[in-house]
Amino acid sequence: MIIDGSEKSLRKFLSDLPPVDQVGAEARAAMLATRSIKTSSKAWAIDMAISMVDLTTLEGADTPGKVKSLCAKAVRPDPSDLTVPSVGAICVYNDMVKIARTELDRIGGKSLPVAAVATAFPSGRASLAVKKIDTQDAVDAGANEIDMVIDRGAFLSGRIYDVFEEIRVIKEICGKKAHLKVILETGELVTYDNVRKASYLAMLAGADFIKTSTGKVAPAATAPVVLVMLEAVRDYFTLTGEKIGVKPAGGIRTTKDAIKQLVLVKETAGEQWLTPDLFRIGASALLNDLLMQRMKLRTGHYASANYVTVD
Amino acid sequence: MSSLDVNKTYKLFIGGAFPRSESGRVYEIKGANKKFLANPALASRKDLRDAVVAAKSAQSGWANATAFNRGQILYRIAEIMQGRSEQFVEEICALEGITTKAAKLQVAEAIDTWVWYSGWCDKLSSVSGSQNQVSGPFYNFTTPEALGVIALFAEGKPSLLGAVRTLAPVLAGGNSAILIASESYPLPAITLGEVIATSDVPGGVVNILTGKASELLPWVGSHMEIDGVDVAGLNKKQEDEIKLVGADNLKRISRFAPGNHPERILSFMEHKTIWHPIGI
Amino acid sequence: MNDFEYANAPESKAIANISPNYGLFIGGKFVDPKKGKSFSTINPATEELLSKVGYGDKSDIDAAVRSARAAYTKIWSKMPAKERGKYLYRIARIMQERAREFAVVETLDNGKPIRESRDTDIPLAAAHFFYHAGWADKLEYAGFGSKPKPLGVVGQIIPWNFPLLMLAWKIAPALAAGNTVVLKPAETTPLTALLFAEVCQQAGLPDGVVNIVTGDGITGAALVNHPDINKVAFTGSTEVGKAIARSISATKKTATLELGGKAANLVFEDAAVDEAVEGIINGIFFNQGHVCCAGSRLIIQENVADEVLEKLKKRMSLIRVGDPMDKNTDLGAINSKEQLNKIEEISKTGDAEGANRWSPDVKLPTKGFWYPPTIFTGVTQSHRIAREEIFGPVLSVLTFRTPAEAIEKANNTMYGLSAGIWSDKGSKVLWAAKQLKAGVIWSNTFNKFDPASPFGGYKESGWGREGGRHGLAGYLTSDSKVNK
Repeated sequence: MIIDGSEKSLRKFLSDLPPVDQVGAEARAAMLATRSIKTSSKAWAIDMAISMVDLTTLEGADTPGKVKSLCAKAVRPDPSDLTVPSVGAICVYNDMVKIARTELDRIGGKSLPVAAVATAFPSGRASLAVKKIDTQDAVDAGANEIDMVIDRGAFLSGRIYDVFEEIRVIKEICGKKAHLKVILETGELVTYDNVRKASYLAMLAGADFIKTSTGKVAPAATAPVVLVMLEAVRDYFTLTGEKIGVKPAGGIRTTKDAIKQLVLVKETAGEQWLTPDLFRIGASALLNDLLMQRMKLRTGHYASANYVTVD
Repeated sequence: MSSLDVNKTYKLFIGGAFPRSESGRVYEIKGANKKFLANPALASRKDLRDAVVAAKSAQSGWANATAFNRGQILYRIAEIMQGRSEQFVEEICALEGITTKAAKLQVAEAIDTWVWYSGWCDKLSSVSGSQNQVSGPFYNFTTPEALGVIALFAEGKPSLLGAVRTLAPVLAGGNSAILIASESYPLPAITLGEVIATSDVPGGVVNILTGKASELLPWVGSHMEIDGVDVAGLNKKQEDEIKLVGADNLKRISRFAPGNHPERILSFMEHKTIWHPIGI
Repeated sequence: MNDFEYANAPESKAIANISPNYGLFIGGKFVDPKKGKSFSTINPATEELLSKVGYGDKSDIDAAVRSARAAYTKIWSKMPAKERGKYLYRIARIMQERAREFAVVETLDNGKPIRESRDTDIPLAAAHFFYHAGWADKLEYAGFGSKPKPLGVVGQIIPWNFPLLMLAWKIAPALAAGNTVVLKPAETTPLTALLFAEVCQQAGLPDGVVNIVTGDGITGAALVNHPDINKVAFTGSTEVGKAIARSISATKKTATLELGGKAANLVFEDAAVDEAVEGIINGIFFNQGHVCCAGSRLIIQENVADEVLEKLKKRMSLIRVGDPMDKNTDLGAINSKEQLNKIEEISKTGDAEGANRWSPDVKLPTKGFWYPPTIFTGVTQSHRIAREEIFGPVLSVLTFRTPAEAIEKANNTMYGLSAGIWSDKGSKVLWAAKQLKAGVIWSNTFNKFDPASPFGGYKESGWGREGGRHGLAGYLTSDSKVNK
């Protein structure tokens, strides 16, 4: 056991972590962004990215109609080309889970997971009791994945054990029914040292995935932040033998952005992480850009938005 | 029949755009030959207020760009100005009534002024900064930093060069500027705005107002977000007035002799000294 | 299937219009060498012939120096300083315009990855001209008196590791200070210098201000020994630097020398480990280790050595070795067969003297000159691979117990060009920087260059500095120093 579950051992572990040098980390991320991914590797990356997309709608204005059309898009992103893989998951608010699950099952998307955000997403500002009910509701409605938010207020004011305990409790509720993604909201944590600490904290508390952002706060999934999180899962694997997944979310709009993420994965955590089981991309507009780039590779000319479906 | 000229409308330059005065006022400028030239905007205190907002918001980005990047941009201003030399020569001749030869010399000097200050951006701390040998196990160094938002009252004649030699040094130091053109000779300052707008200068770093210095003066002097003033275009009485009012936020106010000197940059900079212990 | 293999991503060669022949650039024109001799320059990644360039002998050097002297006396010394500066600005801008072309030619001639030429060499070279252009008419503020004067004609000899960048480091300050130059590029990398000559023509630079004479060591010696140059500026090996110092000892010539190094890269226990690993990699594998200031001795605090080495080896496995024209290549070709032989010879002493060699599995191309990224652990100060400059992608790894021991080992060398310090503790970084006998100290970074930052070494790493205000000193007369 790397920690014994006590606050003391958690604090010691986190404070013993090596620091992150901002300039150096940003330079490494910038260098990896110069990788030129062409032809066959680009085609592979596009299809892999599509299969990793957690196709998301998290708006106050979401309706059953909106969620159902998202499900159709998720299962068949390009109706004119059935070689396009389906996406990694659907991500919705927890009161839409049942609608999503029912629709997916109806249209041939039985194997597509439904992820629900929970624990007073996106702010995380509610009592633990409310967060637990929020999570239980989603699990009962059939959510296969729970994307929870950490309490950033507690983290920034030093109550890291509270953050840890909350994750542990939510993980218990998920049990074997749902895998748990823990959203760090890196834009509010601000420093890379905090991102590193929060990553380890989440993993130690039982996260199956660590996720950058809610998508409601900028900056979100910047390259250096994802780099630091990939380093954390890489080193955690060396320490414990356990592979934890990473999900960048927010700000990844173009194929170029997505491919840069895959390069980061390959050259940080390693090829083993290049699977939707260990890497997802939270996005909405990205999918259509991936489809257009895929079309360009096949036809040789620049595509138009008229040729991809809106959700 | 030859084609009729499409005469230019001279507007203000604020936040990278060319708005009219919010007051709707203009005033007439006649050339040296007494013929009508243009109706430049008569800026109001609200235009000044807007310019300060733009200058304030653009300043930290400009100061945080690398010195190399600032130098490149100032050099670009020189390049673009070179391309428009003839336009400036014509304007200056019509306005000041001087010969084409004299106008050309003025424009050439203005271009060279941009080049001169462009080369200073990344050398300021080599010349004005230092590592200081204090007694004790401390690393101590002094570094110049931009002051903030600087208001410039341009001289009347030479109408272009006067504006440029106040503006270039202030930008080289990482400040943003509000250039108040001379009331009687304002036109080259606005054309200068067109050059600035096409030279990769971020919006708000340079703002140019035309109008009455006497009307704007008390507002410039009392504005708490203006950090420094170059009084080149003011008379002694006006200078005294602005020094009196400017004392409220201890504005750094200067008047310079004609010519180029790094002091024109450094007078609108602050010097910060940092200590750090040396030990294991 | 997880198989994210990067497909070939070649930069196009089409932009490089390399002539089959080049003459010498003397008096503003390309002229044939007097004896009509030429020599070949090849692409070290493929061994293909790129061009045949003129071979300058003693008489060509003489013609070039005469041309430089005439230009100095009649034109350059009389020109107003701000006009001098404007020529340098023009050169900088044209270099920026033709940046891609320069990068491709540099990679073909030198063997370094296109990413490095494109993102480091060429932008820095242009920046050097831009920076020094700004000094031309501001010399009275540089701290060398109110009327500093140039020296006259300067002979400059540059190495093959950063051909265009080394040319910029030499020519830009020389011209800004008011001197004229004769420059001899390295034998294996003449092409970007010849392209630069074209830029001088495009910029309208007066004839004779810059002269470029291609050739070999004999050409260089002829330049050093020419009676009518006022100064020698040399970057290259310590051995040749000493030879130059001897050659000019009885003359009035001054010299600046930028010579070899065996830099220590110190990693303390409180370093930001992942960034330190990147810094180590950059320190020795950037530019194939063909860097005078390379971090070629990694000295790790013993209590974190295992952790750092494990991460280092994993990171080394990601290094992509191969076609320098591929945009994803990290480690390119060794510049010449001669250099490859040297690297192999010294590295073998590492094996012989009991150090432990390790390289990741890399497939090296069959044609061209290649060496895999290599580390030797279990190295001590008494190993040859800890004392001699290898100038290749070979890292020697030592350990230290205390900060004082780190400094002692770091300084235990006749070189003193650069050093690296990796620690998150500010006071320790400044303390170590104060103790280290090196002209350039990188804290929590490595191989960072800027025209505003003076560069040069202590001890046998050379004389003088290049870049920054301090770098101007080498090109201006001194009021107080007397030259016989």
